[in-house]
This record gives sequence, structure tokens and C-alpha cells, in this order.
Amino acid sequence: MNARAGVRRPYVRSMQGWWRRDPFFMAYMAREMTAFAVAIYAVVLAVGVMRLAQGEAAWNGWLAALRSPGSILLHLVLLVSFAVHAKSWFEIMPKTMPMMFVGGRRVEASTITRTGWIATLVVSVLMFALTWWWKK
Amino acid sequence: MKRSNAPIFWLLFGGGGMLAALFGTMLVFITGIAAPLGWPFGPDLLSYPRVLAFAQNWIGKGFLFAIILLFAWHAAHRIKVTLHDVGIHPGPVAKLACYGSALAVTVVAAASLLSIGF
Amino acid sequence: MPESKRIEIQVLRYRPEQEDVPVWQSYYVPFTDDMSVLQGLQHIKDDIDGTLSFRWSCRMAICGSCGMMVNGIPKLSCQTFLRDLLPGPVRVEALSHFPIERDLVVSVEPFVKKLESVKPYIIPKKPRSLDQGEYLQTPEQLEQFEQFSSCINCMLCYAACPQFGLTPDFIGPGVLALAHRYNADSRDGGQAERMEIMSTEEGVWDCSAVGYCSEVCPKHVDPANAVNQNKVNSAKDYFLRFLSPKGASK
Repeated sequence: MNARAGVRRPYVRSMQGWWRRDPFFMAYMAREMTAFAVAIYAVVLAVGVMRLAQGEAAWNGWLAALRSPGSILLHLVLLVSFAVHAKSWFEIMPKTMPMMFVGGRRVEASTITRTGWIATLVVSVLMFALTWWWKK
Repeated sequence: MKRSNAPIFWLLFGGGGMLAALFGTMLVFITGIAAPLGWPFGPDLLSYPRVLAFAQNWIGKGFLFAIILLFAWHAAHRIKVTLHDVGIHPGPVAKLACYGSALAVTVVAAASLLSIGF
Repeated sequence: MPESKRIEIQVLRYRPEQEDVPVWQSYYVPFTDDMSVLQGLQHIKDDIDGTLSFRWSCRMAICGSCGMMVNGIPKLSCQTFLRDLLPGPVRVEALSHFPIERDLVVSVEPFVKKLESVKPYIIPKKPRSLDQGEYLQTPEQLEQFEQFSSCINCMLCYAACPQFGLTPDFIGPGVLALAHRYNADSRDGGQAERMEIMSTEEGVWDCSAVGYCSEVCPKHVDPANAVNQNKVNSAKDYFLRFLSPKGASK
């Protein structure tokens, strides 16, 4: 038997690039990346209310900036990002909830997820309708 | 072992995430694509008098503030976690940068919305 | 007699007394359709290379000893079949995120210490004598904790959890699931004691809801649910502690 076989020298492997090692982790990263879109949009809105407070000329300047091709393109990217956020949010939401029972049967995670997506659809339609009514 | 203060930021993260999931997509469409392109709500959707009236109304003001605040703190928390995930600047610097930015956005929005008046 | 098929199994070897860095080694193992990866390793050890070290025991996915990475995914080697990995090669490595002691053997002691720290046993609400008889539980009360009691301590969830990989002090999915198993049991009164661990950064708050732990769990424990559910409980405890000094943890 090897006299040095009693040596313990635990080897720690690197975590570098861990999220590239599995499609599951890549999907997780895509989900986390949507935070940048939420951040950018919050800033866009914050700048908007700031311009609103600064008066009509400032506000119209901000509106003009919104009409630029760069801004439209940005908002298309944000739109996709927010959709990814919504989808992934409701996929993970059941994990934060305790066991629920309806009529004596366990509520499945997929039910909770679908409820979230339906709620989003309903809210979106309501917002569209409210905006339509508001523009009159 | 010390109790973590994470619940504060996590609740803000959760509230912002829920709001962003329910409202975000349509909001981005309305403000960032539909209004500037003038379709389908027409070119004057976000005209100054209309938006001012919205922001002066306490419901409109509250809605705008809630959206900006919760979106900012949601994003700040998630970005802080992501920075840790990819090994960039872990620790108090990341916390300060992320939550500090959210605080700045909150203050700007609050000050602006208050100065617009009722 | 037909010539038996062979499959290549590549194993990440590590012998601290003879190398500084792990090294891949290939073996060609005769293969039949019913063979598990574990049986492949056992053939290597028995007939090809007796120096290969790995843990195993029951061969039937209940002891939790044989966890390892098979083609980059945390698996129980006794429950992973070579026929599903054709044509090979099959890459076998020690469980991710753990320091390698030797070959496929990882350091387990920190996990055990974490498990001990959450008091994984019923802490009765009140002292109870034998003549009071047994506790009674409805099927719904049982269902609250039953799935979390299926944990076999195999640590696949730790190999799946990148937060554990990045922060080895994280209590981790398996232990938190077991803590929840007891918290959710109607016979137990130890929630406040366990909350002292769960409400720390290394408790539930290191978790970022990746969810891979629940994907790889061979017993469908759903540790992601146990951990993230307790974020709500921890948040409640954080804010309500001022209202109820008796029931809340320090």
C-alpha cells in the first residue's frame, strides 16, 4: 500500500463559467438578465416624470426622444425582455408558495403558473382598454 | 450567525417583479412603441396637458410612483444577485452601487411627482 | 457467443499523493443493456483498475451514497443506465461544488454539520408522556411534510446549486428541505429555533431560486419549494418579531 495514501488534499474545482455548463443555467441567466430591461425602463419613466415636472417644453423634448429610431428599437428589446420576465416569473412563482389545496386536492405548480399568465393577459387587455378610453 | 436584512430588499424585489410581470409588457408597448408611433392610440396620447392631469391625479401619481419605485428596487436586487453570480465585485460595493442607484431613481421620481402638484 | 459490446467510461481521477490536479482516465467496459453506471464502475474496480475509489451501497437509489456527475448532470450512478448514454463516452466526475478527496469521493463533513445545525428531529411543542398515547394526524397534515421526508441525503441538489458552488457556507437545498420537513410537521414546535439558522444570509437568503435542485432530486423532494417558501416565513419573522417577542426567534 502506498505509504503516502493517507494524505488528504481536497481539490476545489473552479466555478468560472458555471452558467455556460448547462442549458438550465443559461435559461436562469436569461431570466436574471431581464432585470436590466426593468432597470432601464424605470429610468426612462423617472426621466419622463422629471421632464414633466420641468414643464411643457422639456416634456415635448422627452416625447421627441421617444420617437427616435433608437428609442423605438430599445423599447422593442425591452418589450421582449419584459415578456421573458413575465413568463419566467410565473414559472418560478409556485416555488415561493406553500402547499395549497382546493376541494381536497393539491394545487399543481402548473396551475399557479397558468393563473399568472392569464392574470397578465387580463391586466394587459384592461390597460389597453383604459388607454383607449383615456385618449378620447 | 447573524440575521440577514435580505427580507426588506426581497419583498421590494417580489413586489416589483409581480408588477413588472403583470403590467410591464403592456406599459412598455403603450409608452415606448404605441405612443411614439401614434398607433393605435393616435399621435396625442401622451400630450403634455393629458399626462400632467394624469400625474396630478392622486391615483395616477400613485401608480407612476409605485411603478418606478418597485421596478427600480426589483432590478437593483436582481442585478446585485447577478453580479455575485458572475463573480463581479462581490460585497458591499455591489450593494451600494445597486441599491444606491435605486434610491437615486426613487428620489428623482418622488421629487418630480411631488413638484407637479395636485 | 456474440462478442460483448463495450462502452467507454471516462473518469476524472484524483490521487492527492500522486498528482496536484485531477486527470481524466478512459476505461473500456463490457456492456449489457441492464447495466448501471455504478455497475460499470464496479467492473472497472474489480477487473481493470482496483485503485478507482467511489462510494456506493444499496444499488437501489435509497441510500444516497453513489451521487456523481454523469455527463455533467448530478445523478445517482445506480439509477443511471449505460444504455441511455450510448454511444458514449460516458464522462463521470465527482459531485460538483464539493472538494474532491479522491477520484469520485467528495468531502461530506460540512453537509453533515449543516444538517445537525437545523435540528432534524421532532421538537415537541409540549413535553409528552407515554400514557398520553400517540400523536394523531390527518392525511392533510401528513401531506404538508411527507414529500420533504423523502430526502436520502444524496447531495445531488448541492451539486446542482450554483449558489452553493459560489458560497460554500450556504446551508443549501437539502438541509433546508429537511428543516422544513420538521417545521411543517404538526407534531413539531421547533420553528423558532430553526428560524435562527434559516433567517441568516447562509440560510434561505443565499438562494436565488435557480430551481435546478428540484430538477435533479431523485426523490422528488422539491427543495426549491422548501427554501423559497421559507423566504416568506423568514420575511414574516423579520417584520413581525417586534409584535410577538415570545414566539419569534432572536
